[in-house]
Amino acid sequence: MKSIPVLTAMAALAAGLALVPQDAAAQQTIKLDGSSTVFPISEAVAEEFQIARRGKVRVTVGISGTGGGFKKLCRGEIDIADASRPISKSEMEACARAGIQYIELPVAYDALTVAVNPKNTWVDTLTVAELKKMWEPAAQGAIRTWKQVNPQWPAQPLALFGPGADSGTFDYFTEAIVGKAKSSRGDFTASEDDNVLVQGVESDVNALAYFGYAYYAPNAAKMKAVKIVNSKGQAIAPSPRGVLDGSYEPLSRPIFIYVNKASAQRAEVKAFVEFYLSQGAPLVEEVKYVPLAKGAYEKALANFRAGKAGTAFGGRNEVGLTVEELLAREANF
Amino acid sequence: MGNIERRKLMDRVFVIVGLFALIAALAVLFALFADLVVQGAPRLDAGFLTSFASRKPAEAGILAAWVGTALIMLVTACVAMPLGVAAAIYLEEYAPKNGFTAIIEVNVTNLAGVPSIIYGLLALGLFVYRFNFGQSILAAGSTLALLILPIVIVATREAVRAVPRPIREAAYALGATRWEVTAHHVLPYSMGGVLTGMIIGLSRAIGETAPIITIGALSFIAFLPASPFTSEFPFLSFAWLKDPFTAMPIQMFNWVSRPDPDFRVNAAAAGAILLGMTLLMNGLAIWLRFRFRKRIYW
Repeated sequence: MKSIPVLTAMAALAAGLALVPQDAAAQQTIKLDGSSTVFPISEAVAEEFQIARRGKVRVTVGISGTGGGFKKLCRGEIDIADASRPISKSEMEACARAGIQYIELPVAYDALTVAVNPKNTWVDTLTVAELKKMWEPAAQGAIRTWKQVNPQWPAQPLALFGPGADSGTFDYFTEAIVGKAKSSRGDFTASEDDNVLVQGVESDVNALAYFGYAYYAPNAAKMKAVKIVNSKGQAIAPSPRGVLDGSYEPLSRPIFIYVNKASAQRAEVKAFVEFYLSQGAPLVEEVKYVPLAKGAYEKALANFRAGKAGTAFGGRNEVGLTVEELLAREANF
Repeated sequence: MGNIERRKLMDRVFVIVGLFALIAALAVLFALFADLVVQGAPRLDAGFLTSFASRKPAEAGILAAWVGTALIMLVTACVAMPLGVAAAIYLEEYAPKNGFTAIIEVNVTNLAGVPSIIYGLLALGLFVYRFNFGQSILAAGSTLALLILPIVIVATREAVRAVPRPIREAAYALGATRWEVTAHHVLPYSMGGVLTGMIIGLSRAIGETAPIITIGALSFIAFLPASPFTSEFPFLSFAWLKDPFTAMPIQMFNWVSRPDPDFRVNAAAAGAILLGMTLLMNGLAIWLRFRFRKRIYW
């Protein structure tokens, strides 16, 4: 008998849900979403910013991939998109159609790391040509052993691990190595979870994988990072210094946040982005990414304050561009 | 003689097979739980429950996640219970038995097998955009309510069907209407079964990741939803329903995929707590069923 009032109360509560004011919680919330690569940085900045503001401003960070972040940015659902690659042509068009302007701000570098098993005795250094031979679409089904890549290496099977096709890391690596974004052989072990790639390299002597430096750094004892021969012929190991002085190329890339220009008018968003660019460097380092040079953050801040909207890339992902160069460029829409 | 020996042997063999099956099932669950507890032990303390996510593994906690999960479960229960129970009672007590209701019945059972991501996509279009719920606790709770609705309906129907026919007939004989028979007798007597179905549904919903990722669960939130209690009249606030959220499975998924291996300790600890929450809910179901059974006199 008692159950009827309980049911009635629940029904009343359910009915009450319909009466909720529409945007009771909308004010003073800064919304970020996008790349899982940029997430650790944005999370750290959001954490410190909220502590500095004593919880008066609320910041949320989601992970829906670089592409998902741009979609939400261009629909006006979020204030800031985290992006591990520049905005693409079709995304630029979507934003333009919706009348959304954005400010492109580089926030850090990532060094894509090529790693092999520590018991791999034959590889220390790789050239871009060798990597291309392993990863280009023509290698599919054809290049199966290390010996086929370089005759001095043993005739052992080549076990390749890489991120899935939705990842910005995949886009950048294929652009830098094969010469065309998303152009890769398909017969490798792909995973959206980079830890799966890390485990692959740890457990298989014949493995080779690529992923962000942040996944290499904490696991450095369990794998071997391969030195990459740059355009000047030097073999450079991935490291923050190699990224900053520009010698670790072509596998170092800038990562970005894109701020909705209309949102940037709001005081709390403006304060957050300024905090990101002025206090972000030590946090970037803490989560194992490479901070930009000090001057670059100042230039980015100046661009932001001037409201310089648009992208410096024109919808293409360019390899080997320094942040200083791209900050100085005139923006496109 | 030989026949009796063989039959007795079969009897003993089945006891052993049955026991082995039970032990195998329990051992897997126990091993999983023990593994999570052992791995997560360094982080399993009060601070873990009272601090927000952080970039530092040792300081990160699950406050936003468990509060989010608890509130989502509350909304799910409040939406699924009245809808599910009413639908089941209609089907069982009121609906005419014809081809149309037969089709509905088959479909309700089928719905229980629809992959949860489908519910997520439906909810994204319907709740988040059409009804303008936004990426909120309300949208998440409603989505999971849809997901468990078939379970609640099927369980309620079973419970209602288990009420003996003579009880209803006796009430009708005394002049009770159909609503009185349902409200005064059938529903109270079947409440134990209804609640069991509800809790089984909620236990499934609590671990769901795919649908709430689809509708926009966030990975980093360092604040709690608005308090449901206020100091001013009417003392209750529903603002929390529209707040953004994260949930336990999302937090675990995020930690597992982080570069820093220390976060895996946090993921294990969160997993142990999530399993603990599920066990607690199941315990509650058993207790409720026991209480309701005690009050039935027939």
